[in-house]
Amino acid sequence: MKMNLSNKDIVLKAKDKLIKKVEKLGRPIKIMEFCGGHTHAIMRYAIDKLLDGYVEFIHGPGCPVCVASMDRIDLAIELAKMPNVIFTTYGDLLRVPGSYRKSLLDIRSEGHDVRSLYSCLDAIDIAIKNKDKNVIFFAIGFETTTPPTAVLLKKAKEMKLKNLFVVSNHVMTPPAIRYILNAGISHIDGIIGPGHVSVITGMKIYKEFDIPIVISGFEAFDILKSVNMILDQLINHERKVENAYTRAVTEEGNKEAQKLIEQTFDVRDTFNWRGIGPLPKSALKINKDYEMFDAEKVFDVKLPTSKEHPLCICPKVIVGKAKPTDCKLFGKLCTPENPIGSCMVSSEGACAAYYKYQRVELCM
Amino acid sequence: MYVKLSHGGGAKETRELIEKIFLKHLKNELLSNEDATIIHLDGKFAISTDSFTVNPIFFKGGDIGKLSVAGIVNDLSVMGAKPLYMSMGFIIEEGLSFEELEKIVISIKEEAQKTGIKLIAADTKVVPKGLCDKVYINAAGIGKVIKEGISASNLQEGDVIIVSGPIGNHGAVIMAHRNDFDIDIDSDCASLWEAIEPLLKEDIEIHTMRDLTRGGLASALNELSQSSNVEILIREEDVPIEDPVRGFCEILGIEPFSLACEGTFVMSVPKKDVQKTLDILKNQKLTQKAKVIGEVIKKGKQGVYIQTLYGSIRYLEEAPGELLPRIC
Amino acid sequence: MCLAIPSKIVEILDNNIAIVDTMGVRRKASLELLNPKPKVGDYVLLHVGFAIEVLSEEDALESLKLFEEILRYEDELKQ
Repeated sequence: MKMNLSNKDIVLKAKDKLIKKVEKLGRPIKIMEFCGGHTHAIMRYAIDKLLDGYVEFIHGPGCPVCVASMDRIDLAIELAKMPNVIFTTYGDLLRVPGSYRKSLLDIRSEGHDVRSLYSCLDAIDIAIKNKDKNVIFFAIGFETTTPPTAVLLKKAKEMKLKNLFVVSNHVMTPPAIRYILNAGISHIDGIIGPGHVSVITGMKIYKEFDIPIVISGFEAFDILKSVNMILDQLINHERKVENAYTRAVTEEGNKEAQKLIEQTFDVRDTFNWRGIGPLPKSALKINKDYEMFDAEKVFDVKLPTSKEHPLCICPKVIVGKAKPTDCKLFGKLCTPENPIGSCMVSSEGACAAYYKYQRVELCM
Repeated sequence: MYVKLSHGGGAKETRELIEKIFLKHLKNELLSNEDATIIHLDGKFAISTDSFTVNPIFFKGGDIGKLSVAGIVNDLSVMGAKPLYMSMGFIIEEGLSFEELEKIVISIKEEAQKTGIKLIAADTKVVPKGLCDKVYINAAGIGKVIKEGISASNLQEGDVIIVSGPIGNHGAVIMAHRNDFDIDIDSDCASLWEAIEPLLKEDIEIHTMRDLTRGGLASALNELSQSSNVEILIREEDVPIEDPVRGFCEILGIEPFSLACEGTFVMSVPKKDVQKTLDILKNQKLTQKAKVIGEVIKKGKQGVYIQTLYGSIRYLEEAPGELLPRIC
Repeated sequence: MCLAIPSKIVEILDNNIAIVDTMGVRRKASLELLNPKPKVGDYVLLHVGFAIEVLSEEDALESLKLFEEILRYEDELKQ
């Protein structure tokens, strides 16, 4: 089957409709898309261009690679450099430079065993096949990526694995939204809420927020539909949470996944976010029942003092205070081949998305 | 039986390996025991060399043997040259089975027969286990130029860009294998001479031809843009991409434009010759899905652009280094 | 990664593993996060190798149609 949801006619028709609504409202609006997946889709389908001058998209912090703080990347690098270690993590984290501009890819080229996994469960096979090595899985991600790590921990315990360890960098969405709404960041009219995070958490986590929030899918029409719902709320002076992704998201979310998280993780008192700094109760650590797998407890590594590039404005870009193009390094010293800031690394990072999908005006 | 280090020693065992596997299938009147092969050439010739490494060495739609022959044949063909002779050097990792090696040699023979290119010089070396990945092949080829003027630096303003078939199949098949995915397509790995020869014989003003290899369509077009100092615009809607390749790219969050091809090419011709070119291509099995994907919009400045489904235009960038899946 | 396309379950293996198909690409996916368990033929949403939700095709097509209708309805209101 093919769910052909990227229907061109509908998208173009919706565009005209949305522009009319903005005109009715009498002013252009600013919408923050929280999730990096949405940033990617908006740039890929050029939705920002379709609505140029009417809707401005502010890119939110929902990119796990981008919000990984310098000290966490440095921790990853130090762990990967330990003798007898196979270091594993998800895809594009490998490219993020830590302090002194070294990335996990650089560490790999120096001879250390660093691997990218598609599923975290692959770490189990690696551990079984390499009994004489310590296998470390560096877990990153929001609520969607946490339950798989929970499954990994449970399986490791069931199988009594002695050589598999996990570093939890799992972060949570509500504290980040709370920060953005309180930080006095340039006025936002509404938020496009994360799709897959909400599949896990359900709609209920957004109740506390006093701003139009619409949970969206990832097709072009999904995003336009969400913008439409935000506009309707603005026209009717409403502030509520709505679901534009009903084919996947429910009020309660995925209870099985929520249960697994509760069984394996505790909330950290505080956690460093890149660009935001320490945020209280915003991340998860492995709980007591599973602490024998917690690499942060098992291994004692000394971290260098982390250092940001003085000109990099990723911290501002992550919270929507600046656009990638405001950065002096953008596209010159900082490119996807040779990234300086984390936002240039992941293709959901605002800088990488801007770079990749840079708009061109051709005179033809 | 497995290849041992002693098979590379140069003595009796080396001769045995060569007799039993290589000469058994690849023998011809020119492949001799001398230190070098002597041939007589007259006229204009194209020469090309390439090294082939691929993991896995056997993949859906081909293997490293077929890939090597096709790679050399295609490099010569897109320069307007009829492939005539090739040489091959094999670096073999100790422990490769005779069975696998023979399979590779047989597919070299079969692929070469399709074009008529002859292997006239060859060499084998064996390296200790772990020093290479099963087998590497270095190949060089010579072809007689039958149509002149085809060049990466010859794109002209107004030229129409044609791609010979769906893109990304080879890259998707190889990456799918490495990720333990099963994919419903074969690599496009193929010798393109049979598809290109009729184009060269027709009265078509071919400005440029380039086979898409590593880096895929995005790299090839960017190279052409730089060599010819032109701006190229293609339309996303028109680029042929098969569903499994699309699905694969969605799964890993990568772009089909950067996936490798091994039997697909792009070419540029002036508008007047587009229909004739397409008619010929569509008549060939290998290129029946050929399509116009864009044009050269301006000379004097470099850039490759892609018009998205909904009308806006962006740069078509080459992918940065290693293709890594994105997480969110 | 946030894969927008639903994948179809084509086979269920042991240990809560299923083979899923996305536009002609098949691979293993864990069903550990789904309760009740899906069955062969169901469409699921995937994230880093895990099925995270069962989707219905009708729902998806319905949501597109509904959006189309909203657009049309609002058009009519205007005229």
